[in-house]
Amino acid sequence: MSLGLMVSQLAGGMFVSIQIFLVTLIFSLPLGMIVAFGRMSKKPLLQGLVKAYISIMRGTPLMLQLMVVYFGPYYLFKIKITNSYRLWAALIGFVINYAAYFAEIYRGGIQSMPVGQYEAAKMLGYGKARTFFKIILPQVIKRILPSVTNEVITLVKDTSLAFTISVLEMFAIAKALASSQTSLLPFAAAGIFYYLFNLIVAVGMDHVEKSLSYYQ
Amino acid sequence: MKLLEMNHVKKSFDGLEVIKDISLSVDEGEIVSVIGPSGSGKSTLLRCATMLETMDSGELIYLGKKAAWSDGTGKMMYAPKNELKKIRENYGLVFQNFNLFPHFSVMKNITDAPISVQKRSREEAYRLGRELLKKMGLEDKADAYPCQLSGGQCQRVAIARALALNPKILFFDEPTSALDPELTGEVLKVIKSLADLHIAMVIVTHEMAFAREISDRVIFMANGVIIEEGTPENVFASDNERTKSFLGRYKNL
Repeated sequence: MSLGLMVSQLAGGMFVSIQIFLVTLIFSLPLGMIVAFGRMSKKPLLQGLVKAYISIMRGTPLMLQLMVVYFGPYYLFKIKITNSYRLWAALIGFVINYAAYFAEIYRGGIQSMPVGQYEAAKMLGYGKARTFFKIILPQVIKRILPSVTNEVITLVKDTSLAFTISVLEMFAIAKALASSQTSLLPFAAAGIFYYLFNLIVAVGMDHVEKSLSYYQ
Repeated sequence: MKLLEMNHVKKSFDGLEVIKDISLSVDEGEIVSVIGPSGSGKSTLLRCATMLETMDSGELIYLGKKAAWSDGTGKMMYAPKNELKKIRENYGLVFQNFNLFPHFSVMKNITDAPISVQKRSREEAYRLGRELLKKMGLEDKADAYPCQLSGGQCQRVAIARALALNPKILFFDEPTSALDPELTGEVLKVIKSLADLHIAMVIVTHEMAFAREISDRVIFMANGVIIEEGTPENVFASDNERTKSFLGRYKNL
């Protein structure tokens, strides 16, 4: 098999990896905010439930979570698992897992805001929503950006876990190629792919960080 | 009608009585200084007046409208939300540590609330903003961010921000305590210059010479009660032992 063919097959897998990556970010970033508010809720029941959810998401392997989301419907409710459900299961698994991590990052950021910012906003007549979206959130985003970058970079590499439920993302394809070609070259190529992907992510996030550095 | 009335206000934190039955009132345009040792409850009194802190009992009235009162059973009642919103428009507060919004430029700090809360036009808000900055001696800082300013400049922006909402009464919570003597001077000068705006001011301060010079009335507080109040001449020449011992510390400076 030529190197060109191998790269093009891996690139096809890369497309699925990017798909998982983007969908996970698009949904888990806002979902994490909702989870963070649940975690900070003064209602003990809601707070307890969200705490348990975060605890499970952070305390068990993502690989296992993907398997639970994929096989769970069959074992729990005898729902027949279709082939097209594979990617869905991966996406759901990633979104709910990353939402838990993002929630804790948001919570840390929100709770680190000085109370004086809320008080100043109150004195100026800002309502709760306006205070949050105009005063608090922009500052929180700046504060948490390094931690979010960390998480996003981890996500790039974590997408490879989707191979456990046989989603044909890049790592699954690299693995298949490696065994069919009895060569380690596909793994090396996959490693370079992930590295380049993360390089782009890091440069992008660095750019965002710089664009927010006009204030302290 | 009094601009502000506080009657029999009490406030404790974890069983520690910080304000013990304080009553005071402020007339329109009146300048009142609140002095006293640290921990005497001055700031807490201000925070109760501005509703940043809830009172345990007592009454808070702005222009005859009740903002808060204790019902018969000892529970505090607060006016409905929309009424409180209107009542809050009567006053502004300048914090000890400014609390400017760091991600907003100086101009945006001043104009954002007039535009987004009071729904004034952008042109009008900016015109007022420039006017206020000129008054504060900061006309060249409109586009700067708070982190690029000195503490004294930040505090002057904070004063402009509070003034932009056209309050009838402006509270100052130790406005110069976070500043060195040089910067303190420039902020006090600005506060003095506000006297001709005929806005009532209630100033919690440790700057005795300033309090004496600017105030219509001085209130001396200690241990959560008002020990005495009166014209600056009377309070600074008081025979009261507690007042004398507190003010005596400043005379030696």
